[in-house]
Amino acid sequence: MAHYDLHMPVFEEQVRALRINDTVTLHGTLYGIRDATQIHMFDRGRKPRFDLKGHAVIHTAPNVRKVDKSAEFPAGYAPVCIGTTTSDRMERFTRPLMKQYGVRFIIGKGGMREGSAQSFADIGGAYLAVIGGTAALETTWIEAIEDVDMDDLKPESLWKFRLKGFCPLLVAMDSHGGSLYTAVKANSQARRAQALASLGVAVK
Amino acid sequence: MKIDPQQVEDAARELYIRAVKLLPPDIKQGFAGLVKRETDATAQGVLGTMLVNIQVAEDTDNLLCQDTGIPIYNVRIGRNVELDGFAMKQAIRKGCERATREHPLRSSVVHPVTRKNEHSSCGRHVPVIHIDFCSDEELLEIEMIPKGSGSENNSFLKMAIPADGVDAIKTFVIDCVLEAGGKTCPPTIVGVGVGGTADLCVHLSKVAATRALGSRCSDREGAKLEEALTEAGNMLGVGPQGLGGDSTAFAVHVETAATHITMNPVAVNMQCHSARRARATFRPAGLEYGY
Repeated sequence: MAHYDLHMPVFEEQVRALRINDTVTLHGTLYGIRDATQIHMFDRGRKPRFDLKGHAVIHTAPNVRKVDKSAEFPAGYAPVCIGTTTSDRMERFTRPLMKQYGVRFIIGKGGMREGSAQSFADIGGAYLAVIGGTAALETTWIEAIEDVDMDDLKPESLWKFRLKGFCPLLVAMDSHGGSLYTAVKANSQARRAQALASLGVAVK
Repeated sequence: MKIDPQQVEDAARELYIRAVKLLPPDIKQGFAGLVKRETDATAQGVLGTMLVNIQVAEDTDNLLCQDTGIPIYNVRIGRNVELDGFAMKQAIRKGCERATREHPLRSSVVHPVTRKNEHSSCGRHVPVIHIDFCSDEELLEIEMIPKGSGSENNSFLKMAIPADGVDAIKTFVIDCVLEAGGKTCPPTIVGVGVGGTADLCVHLSKVAATRALGSRCSDREGAKLEEALTEAGNMLGVGPQGLGGDSTAFAVHVETAATHITMNPVAVNMQCHSARRARATFRPAGLEYGY
């Protein structure tokens, strides 16, 4: 288990070095993306104006306050509360995000499926887990909302965040086929019979 | 006791904001209990981060979670309360909308077909408003629950058959916890509805999931199930955030209703670890906020 400080964007070798259970702190830029953002990008052909190559995207739709544009609030938005949503719903977008846009990291909660694991292995990417429901804490890791695109989808716009140091993120799926979720799921399935036996249910 | 709709509107506004910021004491106690029993190091780390978050939310007067949820208001009206019910429902809606625009809070509510967001946390039939009556004389109680989607997306109903008996109920609950894995933001409160019609069964599961920790099902058979299912559910090792550990659920809560001779329905609805809830109690002496 190692800790990595990564300044975004990153190259493939930096991602390939990561293994499950490593921890990561991200510096620089992070993009916020959500269901509607990706539905519009991949099903309706909208092209974002940001270059996502080598970057990390976080599954989020933040609480924001509209303010006048200034050096402190370059996009005209003050962050109120920025957290993470369940990643599983956005499973089908992992490969196109990586293939078409060069995204290297997906940050979210709850993990992703086999298709994402395969994309991480094929193209060189990783899933970084943030603790879901800890948005007040996550908000303190963000310096500013630097820019925003596809803002008609608010709060599911494409957000560009400037980070103070986004941590602690756990490498939960790596580019070598490792997945903490698969391991936990297999273990839980194995314990199903024991749980049912404790309830007096005979397993068929 | 006479209630003015303006009081209800102001309370509905205040309740939404309180609910998303302050975690009820019973949930905090629930965390303390899990931390004491948890044997997995990763899980201890995850629980620790959740506790830090609760503190940061209080210190910075911020939202616990970014998900402002689908707003639910549960109203209980005593026997000697004079109010215009129609105006009260409108006032709740207005208060919910004001909280969203004035704080501001993220409106998480869209039309189900067009996906259009009115940025008011309101829409057709939302906020969800449930109205019930109680035997107290001069009492009006409004409970507000911002129900997060990560947990709500893991809602399940099975119309089991009588021949499968209570074993079908138990097996279904265990399999739902397995299926949900980390997607519900565990540790959760697993709400189980047993009996009724299909819709009542699902409703009961929501009542169970949003009940205070430490409360018991008032039906003895339901209470027995709660105890056994809580223990069994935590044997699965899903753990906080689905990353493994003993702390899969704070508790399994059960609510029951009579059902048809040919039916054996069971529903599961889950509440995430940010089990938010706020309560306004109107009495002749005045208005009080709590959990």
